[in-house]
Order: sequence, then C-alpha cells, then structure tokens
Amino acid sequence: MSAIAPSAALASSPTTEIPLINIQIDGQWMQFPKGTRLIEACKKAGKFIPHYCYHPKLSSPGNCRMCLVEIGTPKLGPDRKPLLDSEGHPLIAWNPRPAISCATEISEGLAVRTDSPLVRECRNAVMEFLLINHPLDCPICDQAGECRLQEFSVEFGKGESRFLEEKVKKPKQVDIGRHIILDDERCILCSRCIRFMQEIAKEDVLGFVKRGSYTTLTVYPGKRLDNNYSLNTVDICPVGALTSKDFRFKMRVWFLKETKSIDVNCGTGCNILIGSRENTIYRITPRENDFVNSCWMPDSHRLNFHYLMREDRLKSPKVNGLDTTWKSAISEASHLLSSHPSSKIAILASARSTLEELFLIKLIIELLGIQQHDILPRPQSGDGFLIAPDGNPNTNGARLTGVAANPPGAQLEKIVTAIRNGSVSGLLSLGEDPTKIGLTDQELQKLNFLIVLDILPNRSTAAATIVLPACGFAEKRGSMINLYGRLQRLNKAISPPGNARDDWEIYRDLLFSLNSPSTTTPRTFEELWKLMAAKLPPLAGLNFGKIGDLGFQLDLPWLEHKGPPPHSAPAPIPPKMPQNGNKSP
Amino acid sequence: MSANNSFPTPFSPTPHPLERRIIFANLTKPDYKPDLITYLAHGGYNELRKALTLKPSEIVAAVKASNLRGRGGAAFPTGVKWGFINPNDGKSHYLVVNGDESEPGTFKDRYILHRDPHQLLEGIAISAYALDVHLAYIYIRCEFPHAARIVSNAIAEARAAGFLGPNILGSSFSLDVFVHQGAGAYICGEETSLLESLEGKRPYPRIKPPYFPAVYGLYMQPTVVNNVETICHIKHILRLGPEEYAKMGTPGDGGTRTLCVSGDVQKPGAYELPAGSVTLRQLLYDICGGPRPGRTFKAVIPGGSSAKVLRIGEKIITKSKNSDGSLSEKQTDILDVIMDASNLAAAGTMIGSGGVIVLDDSRNMLWALNNLNLFYAHESCGQCTPCREGSLWMAKITSRMLSGKGVPSDPRTLLSVANNIAGRTICAFGEACSWPTQSFVEKFPEDFEAAASNPITTLTAA
Repeated sequence: MSAIAPSAALASSPTTEIPLINIQIDGQWMQFPKGTRLIEACKKAGKFIPHYCYHPKLSSPGNCRMCLVEIGTPKLGPDRKPLLDSEGHPLIAWNPRPAISCATEISEGLAVRTDSPLVRECRNAVMEFLLINHPLDCPICDQAGECRLQEFSVEFGKGESRFLEEKVKKPKQVDIGRHIILDDERCILCSRCIRFMQEIAKEDVLGFVKRGSYTTLTVYPGKRLDNNYSLNTVDICPVGALTSKDFRFKMRVWFLKETKSIDVNCGTGCNILIGSRENTIYRITPRENDFVNSCWMPDSHRLNFHYLMREDRLKSPKVNGLDTTWKSAISEASHLLSSHPSSKIAILASARSTLEELFLIKLIIELLGIQQHDILPRPQSGDGFLIAPDGNPNTNGARLTGVAANPPGAQLEKIVTAIRNGSVSGLLSLGEDPTKIGLTDQELQKLNFLIVLDILPNRSTAAATIVLPACGFAEKRGSMINLYGRLQRLNKAISPPGNARDDWEIYRDLLFSLNSPSTTTPRTFEELWKLMAAKLPPLAGLNFGKIGDLGFQLDLPWLEHKGPPPHSAPAPIPPKMPQNGNKSP
Repeated sequence: MSANNSFPTPFSPTPHPLERRIIFANLTKPDYKPDLITYLAHGGYNELRKALTLKPSEIVAAVKASNLRGRGGAAFPTGVKWGFINPNDGKSHYLVVNGDESEPGTFKDRYILHRDPHQLLEGIAISAYALDVHLAYIYIRCEFPHAARIVSNAIAEARAAGFLGPNILGSSFSLDVFVHQGAGAYICGEETSLLESLEGKRPYPRIKPPYFPAVYGLYMQPTVVNNVETICHIKHILRLGPEEYAKMGTPGDGGTRTLCVSGDVQKPGAYELPAGSVTLRQLLYDICGGPRPGRTFKAVIPGGSSAKVLRIGEKIITKSKNSDGSLSEKQTDILDVIMDASNLAAAGTMIGSGGVIVLDDSRNMLWALNNLNLFYAHESCGQCTPCREGSLWMAKITSRMLSGKGVPSDPRTLLSVANNIAGRTICAFGEACSWPTQSFVEKFPEDFEAAASNPITTLTAA
C-alpha cells in the first residue's frame, strides 16, 4: 500500500527553520510549519478530527475515511491571484468533494471545515459502515473502555442500525504470536499493525488476505507475530482485534489507575504507563516521549512486572534470619557498620537504584569513609532499537553520584579479592546479589556481617545478617538518568507488600542512626532533592517536579551515547540471493 | 497462432457505413494474422520509422493537437497526460499499457491484443520514444492468457527484427517491453493499483494527491499509464497527421472511438466510429439493428457497467448560452444524445470505456442491478471503508429483495448507502460501485418498489 510518510515537521528537531504557512481552520487563520499534515494542524488548533488508520508515527494510508473534512483553496481572480476579503485574507473556493485530513499536507491558503454538515454526514456514514459487520461484542471485549469504535459511535454515530443482513463471518481467537490473539471480526482493517511491523519493527509479517468486506488480517503463512515489539500492535489497534494474551480478560480498563513512570529494564528508560488496581499491576503500556522511545517499547520489558506481585517478596526486616522491627533492624545495621573499621567494609550497590537512593548511599560511603564500593555493570548487545546496550537503567546516576567506580565495575574484582583474603569482612549488598560478582555462598557466610537490601529472596538473602525489604520500581518515586543523559521520573503506582519500605527512607534512617549531622542529612524527599541539586552540579537548579513527565536532558561530560535512541528497528539484513549458476534445488 | 483466427469475433466482415475503422482496420479482416509478416505487409512499423526522424517533443505536440482522449474510461486528454512528463528531469520514465480491460461490457482491447499485437507494439515504441521511456510494461489481465502469449510472441518477433530492443532501427533509441499478467482483479484496471500490482504488491489504489503516476508512478518514477486502444491511436495520429486525425472527431474528442455493444440488440459487437458522430438512436437502430423481435428497449448503460444507466424515453435538459447572453434550455430525447464524452457527461453519465450494455423490456432492473452489485462487492479491493462495506451491503440488499424479502425502506437505504460511498473513497471504484445503484433506483423506481413491499416485521434488525 502506498502511504504518506510522517511529516518532517513532526520530527523532533524544532531548531531547524521551517517556513510557516497560513491556513484557515473553521474560519480562523493560523500558521503552521510547512510539511505539517492537516490533521496535525487541526489538532494543534484544538480541533480534534476522529480517525482510525492515521497514527502520527506511521505513514498515512488514508483508508478509514473517518478524517474526511471539507477543504477549500483560495479563489483566484482573472489574473490568477487570490481574491482577498476585507481583512486581506483570501476568499475560499470550497471543494464539493471531502478530503482526508491525514494525508493532506497543508498549503498556503488552504481552508478546512472540521464540523460542517457534510463532514458530520461523512463521519456518520463511515461509522455506520464500520459497524455493520462488527460483532458488537463489547461486553466481552477487552478493548471496551478504550475503543475508538465505541467512543466515535457515541460521538459521531447514528445510534441505531438499519442493517438487516447477515454479518460477514471471520476467524476468531486466532493465535498469531507469542503474546497476541487476533479477532478478525472486530478488525476494522485500518492497517496500523501492518504498517507498524513494516515501518517500525521492520519485520513484515502481517498482511491482508481476501478482498472487499471479506478482507482478513493474518500472518504470512509459516510466520508468527513473535517480534519483541509485537505488543505495540495491541496498543495502536484502535479496536479489540489485537489483544494481549497477558492482559486479556484480566481487568476492565476503566478500573485501571494509570501512573506515569519509566521502564527500568535497560538504559533506554522507555516512558510507560503503569495500569494498576487495588495494589495489583495489570499491564504496562508505553507512553509517548519523542526524546526517548517515541510511542513504543519492547515486549520483554513491558511484561517484566509480574515479579512485583510474587508471593515470596521480602516483606519484613530480618536480623539473623528472624523477623524484626525496622527500628531494631536499622539500629543493628548501624551498630555493625560503626563497629567495623571502614577499610573492612565494602558496598555493592546497584545501577537499578534511583538517583536519590544512590545519592544517599554515597552519603553513607562518605560518612563512614568506605573505600571499596561499586555497582554491578550489565553490558548487553542491545537490539539497535529500544533495548539499550546497557542492562542497567541508571548507570549514569551511579556515575554522577560517584557510587560506581570509574569505569563502573572496575572495583568489583578488588572487592571480591578483599573478601576472599579477609581484608574486607563486612558487605552491604544494596539491590544486587553478590554471588553474581563471583562470591560463593561459603565466602558470604564467612563474612562478619552481610547486610542485604532487596525486594526478592536470592542466594545472598539466606546468608544475610540483616535483610532490609525494599520497594520495586512501581512502588516508589525517584529518578534515573538514562544512557543518553535524560533524567526521568519513576512514580509510585502501588504500595509495597508487608513491611517493605521505600529504599530512600531506609538509607535516610540508617544515616540518622549512624549519627550523620542533621544539617547535611535530608529528612524529606524535598530536602533530599535540595541537597542533591546543591552537591551535584548537573542537577543545579532542578527539583523533582521540574523534571517533568518527559524528563530533563542533562549535560554529563562522559556521555558516549547521544539521544534519542533510534525510533525504529534496524533494517533487516536481506536474505542472500543464490549466486548465478548455483540455484538451490 | 492461426488458431486464434477461428475465434468468433464481434465484427461484421464489412464495416457499417457509419463506421470508420482505423484501429480495427486490419484485425477485422478474416485472413489477418497477428504475426510480424502480416503486419509488415499491411504497412506496419512505417510510423515508427517516421517517428524516429522527429523530435520527441514534436510527437507530444502532435498528440496534443489530435485531441485524443484516453480510451480506458476517464477520457483524460492523452496529450495533457503526456505533457506532465518532463523528459529532461533526469529521472527514469516508464510507460505502462493498461490491458486489464476489466470493465464489464467492454471487449475492444482483447481483440487488439489477440489479433493485432504489433499495432500496439508500434504505438508503444512511438510513445516511448516521445516520452523518453526505455522500459515499458503491458499489463494484461490473467483472464487473457492467450493474449499474454500472443503479445509476448509479438515482442520477440519485433525485437528480433529490430523494432524493439537496443538501438531500434539503427537509431540511438532503445526500448524493452515486457508483458505482466495480473492475478484476476477488476481493481487492477485502476492505474495506481495496477502500478502497485506491477511492483508485486497487493493492488491497493494509491492516494492522489500525491501519488499521481506522472509524478510518483511505477517505482515512484514519472510514469504514463495508457489504455491499449489509446496507445494504438498514436501511430494513426502520425499516419494521418494530427489535424486530419482530430477532424474525424469533435473538438473535444478527436479521432475514432470504439464502442462495444452487448445485450438486447439484434447485432451486438465492437464498432469503431468517428468520435461524436452517432447518436444513441443511430447506434442502437442503424448500426445494431434495433431491439430483438417483439421487444422494446428499456435501458442503456453507455460506458461500461459503472456508468450511470439511461432510461429509454427520458429527456435530457441542457442549457446553452445565446449570443445575447441569455440562457436557453433544450430538451433532448435520450436516443438523440450524441455518443461522445461531453454529451454523455451532460446527460449525467459517461462514455467511459465505451462498453454499451442494452437492456430491453424483458429485463427486471432489480435483477440487473443485483448482478452488478454482486460483481462490485466481489471486486472491491477492501482498502477503504465506504466502498469495502458499502458495496457488499448494497449487494446483500438487492439479493434479499430479489429473494422476495424486500422491505419498504430498501430503495431508500440503497440510495443512501450509494450516496455515502460516492466521492468519499481513495479511488474511482467508489463511484463505479455506487453509480449503478444511484441511477437504477432513481430511474426505475417501479422495479424496486415492487420488490420492496414486504413488511419489516418479517426480519429482525441486526
């Protein structure tokens, strides 16, 4: 299918000079950059134009016809120059034929009516056409509540049917991929999913077969929609044709509380919405941010939240294997720390912790004078798209606070050696499993003390002197700096289980218990930010609120990767063509 | 190949006095064979020789002066279309010949392809030379397998003889021509979906703007798409000279035009007539011999099945300006309407592809419309909503009405569905599938009301 590419004006480079063009929207003259699609211009003018097939990040196929509007061009005089009205604006010659606003680029003097009788009639007709063969199974459809077909039916539809015929039957409950179920009867053939797979995921596995009203979405024979970005097709499906196996039938969407946050599975930090109800997360969906992830995120990341609801979450602080109160756990920890020489203590921190947590860890390091501290690096190959080559979401935060060695991980070998030869006999493992840096269970048991802060049991929690149960990424607020230097916020969607506590509060209480001077120890989150902004130059003038929903770009001297990451997958390597005279049988 | 000449043909051995055979001149001869020897014996490829001595711009100018209009259906002036191509833009240009002839009621191109392929190839070579094209495709529908074979053979013959291929007739001009067979879809006759099909994709029509073939055509390069018959006319424009050629027709519609008459007439067939030279009455009575015995004419679809139907007996009112500036109204009986692009447009329909379908008083118009509706519902590509859903809906309504389950609201619903399609789709299929319903229901209300008498209670709303 031939389609208009997303307009250049939408690309996230507002600095380049794009000439402005005058257009008239519902009688008002306005200016927009050249190359803007009419539907976007109308949106910016506050005139929402209903649409199904159009998606700002995909090409415009113009197939749904929902965005038909009346357009006109300047009336020309005998000298081929526009005739002007008393205010100097061109008079308009209205085109009797409606035009699609999604594939129309604005041009000088273009006029549009977004709510004329003809436009309303067009929308009404398209709604009727889309509904006649639709199963209208909203009561059992997962899309109900966030379905464009429902919403536009109410707003632009007739409210009654004059269709007396039998509906077209199509395949239902088609298992087309690891995470996706397809209901072809619900499909309105907008082709968004097909275009996403072609243009963004670059794995062209979806397509239409048959024709006319019998047209059916399917996967190519022998192929499956198993791409790691497949669930984005569910997000952009305007109806309930594509549903997520992980989410379907679990929860009505209108019950979901949506919390803006970020993905913590890699250094990209995809912006997300956490959908939760009554302290349970039901789904995670990507949130648009052109500085980071556009509208997309990998399946493997969005589905990685179920562990937060695991039964075996650490729920109570423990000392020597026994449940205890926070008060006694903290005072026992501070006792152990202050009764050991700082040269015999090492800290294994995590670049999965928030900037705030790492900053407080750094305060502990400075207070006690601990020399041996580092984070566990997670280099990975990445996918050239939204999975970054760093499996840690906040390596830059660990570097900025100085918790990480330079380069991160450089100290780990020294720490392991020191523990093995006994020169270090106390270890704080803060969100990491020390067996992952090569320490054995016996070596951990040999330590004088092992303080573990984490959310789930691992091999080290069994050997720990003190276990401090903390919060998962959806249970706390804080910030992280992604691979490209963008400072972004986590927000609390649900509460932690049992007596688990927000990590930063644990560190704060530990600092106070260690007699950190009250003038330089933050009591509240706001005080914490004040102190960070004062002590860390790249954060000067910032506070948590100023970060904003789309994050804040930091200028870090060591940044190797300049953002944003690519907004589509790398082009697939074409299959090798057989050489001449070497045909495969 | 000689076996093809035993095919029954729609041509009378001697032309009717009103006919002027140019395109059909040779292929209507019983002993005419589709091979190169026969073509050369009839003066073949002389115009190509002549063309190569001209400047390409001179040929484009001649086509403009000839007033030739496209013969595929839209009747777009060919010279204007060619004028969109800038030979000096440094891009690759393509010529694509539309041999998808899929409009029901049209059967002219198949005889050109079957019986006189070299006439087409000579036209292609001249056109390609004029348009700076070095690669041309002939898109032939899959229902014409013989045509594809015959044209492919002709290409091989012409290439071997130096009329195609590198350095044609010793000149610096080279051209390759390939046959591409479709997979069986009406929509592939729409030029942009034909290009998609040619590119190996699902034939979804492209959105215009911006994908006009002259700008973003085949492989996004400037492309001219012309009908088989249109391309055949090119050599005759050179042979006769553009003025002489234009004179045969009317000022707005030059040359000759083929009309394919089918249905309830005594002598159905393909006729080649000077454009704008006959009225519908002359066509039906003089040329086609009038109605079948004992019958009277009821309706005529003048330009292929998607053209709006005309009711015999209806009066066309046309307005014209007098010399003093006042308007005068003229009433014309439908049979006295001249069969050319502008007069049929004034009569509210179109010359289209020239497929004239005649129905007499034995025909029920609901039955006829249902036949067309089923065709369009089957052929809608399904890309855009109104046509995809509306064409099948209309077919379901007319089928239900035919089965005796009509309800009083049906004619109204039919009209409203058709009105909701026309003018709101990506391609002209929206009009093609809704014009029959609009015109049949409006012009023959009695046939529809008769079938729409059932009370609504027999059905339940979905």
